[in-house]
Amino acid sequence: MKKICLFSFLFALMVLLAACGSSGSDEGNASGEEGDGKVYKVGIDTTYPPFEFQEGDEYKGIDVDLIRAIAEDQGFEIQLEAMDFSGIIPAMQAGELDIAIAGMSITDERKEKVDFSDPYFEAGLSLVVADGNSEITSLEDLKGKTVAVKKGTTGATFAQENKDKYGYEIVQVNDSTSMFQEVGNGTADALIEDYPVISYAIAESDLKLQVVGDRLNGDNYGIAVLKGENDELLKKINDGLASLKESGKYDEILNTYLGEQ
Amino acid sequence: MDVIIESFPYLLEGLKVTIYIFLVAIILGFIIGLIMALMRLSPWKVLNWIAKIFIDAIRGTPILVQLFFFYYGLNSLEFISMDRTTAGIITVAINAGAYFAEIIRAGIQSMDKGQTEAARSLGLTSSQNMRHIILPQAFRRMLPTFTNQAIISFKDTSLLSVIGIADLTQKGQVEIARTFEAFNIWLAVGVMYFIIIYLLSLLSSFLERRYKLR
Repeated sequence: MKKICLFSFLFALMVLLAACGSSGSDEGNASGEEGDGKVYKVGIDTTYPPFEFQEGDEYKGIDVDLIRAIAEDQGFEIQLEAMDFSGIIPAMQAGELDIAIAGMSITDERKEKVDFSDPYFEAGLSLVVADGNSEITSLEDLKGKTVAVKKGTTGATFAQENKDKYGYEIVQVNDSTSMFQEVGNGTADALIEDYPVISYAIAESDLKLQVVGDRLNGDNYGIAVLKGENDELLKKINDGLASLKESGKYDEILNTYLGEQ
Repeated sequence: MDVIIESFPYLLEGLKVTIYIFLVAIILGFIIGLIMALMRLSPWKVLNWIAKIFIDAIRGTPILVQLFFFYYGLNSLEFISMDRTTAGIITVAINAGAYFAEIIRAGIQSMDKGQTEAARSLGLTSSQNMRHIILPQAFRRMLPTFTNQAIISFKDTSLLSVIGIADLTQKGQVEIARTFEAFNIWLAVGVMYFIIIYLLSLLSSFLERRYKLR
């Protein structure tokens, strides 16, 4: 009896595995075949709607559409690689990535490692608290509180720089989802995130969060390539960006995700 | 090299957190393990079952899933709220506990029946027999396996960085996010972990020599 049980269990497992084997698919080249040109690997962070997110097995978002349109405009091929935001620049340095487009703000620290394209979006940081929290309305109210930020972001840098001034504790997590859960579960009192991203998240989902006060700073997003050896690629990206702005395609992409501004 | 010197104080802070969590978790884990082992050996069937289900559940699921379950899962319920350090310590402790339980049970069962018979004939009760005869001898026999599990648990603490605990691994990630010096920072972090684990294994061989069963 025991033997029969074991066998049927193993058999069921095999069937399950066989069923799974055929469904795995990964998004690779947009065109599927390598042309004569090099395929550039583009690093993105897929937990960052409306700039980058995944629907089914497809990558979507402002950044994704933008880099695809730039590649098409300039005639080069790309392959998207999803990873944690804080891993993107290290991966570029390791030669794993050629381009990064990940809602990445242009900062002096990052400029030491990468070259940025012309700015393509004006963002900035916001302070966010749980819905119905009337206690925290600005940075001044954060004394003794806990603020959640995402590793390697401008939000994390901002939080570090102002920690002593306002007297809060910082907790650093890997992705936006964890950050939202921190505040949602009450293990953190507030979070700092890029304004367009958090507004979108609150509008599009049932996150019980609210933005408080004005933007904390003005950051610009840029597309990054590894420093000092990619002038040609950078020029292509800038030319592509300019021509998309010219043709109205840029506005079209933004409107797709943000609605008419 | 400069970056290691510059980041060292931060990494050291992280190491303190790692060691603190490890010590609390391993002591708790040992207590949990001892209780579970005695339940497994208890003549009461129901205690035995409870302990078996607990041990199997812990050993049969990834520690990372358990961590997320305790921290994000339980915290999302209305009536439970625990901070990240508590959730982290509990996760490492029950993991160590489940493995300790099996080590202790096996150790106790490996003792010669003659020991118990001798204790009986001297008129000791079964709990006195456990306390004075069986456990002290069994623990000596288990020492190497204990340290082995302690080393595994020490390495497990590195996972806690994902829920935002500022341990050594987390500090490493944060320093890299700031400086982008992945090679140097991970090298330094690796060496720091290694030193502690090496010290643990030295302690283990010292204890073994000292308490050898003759």
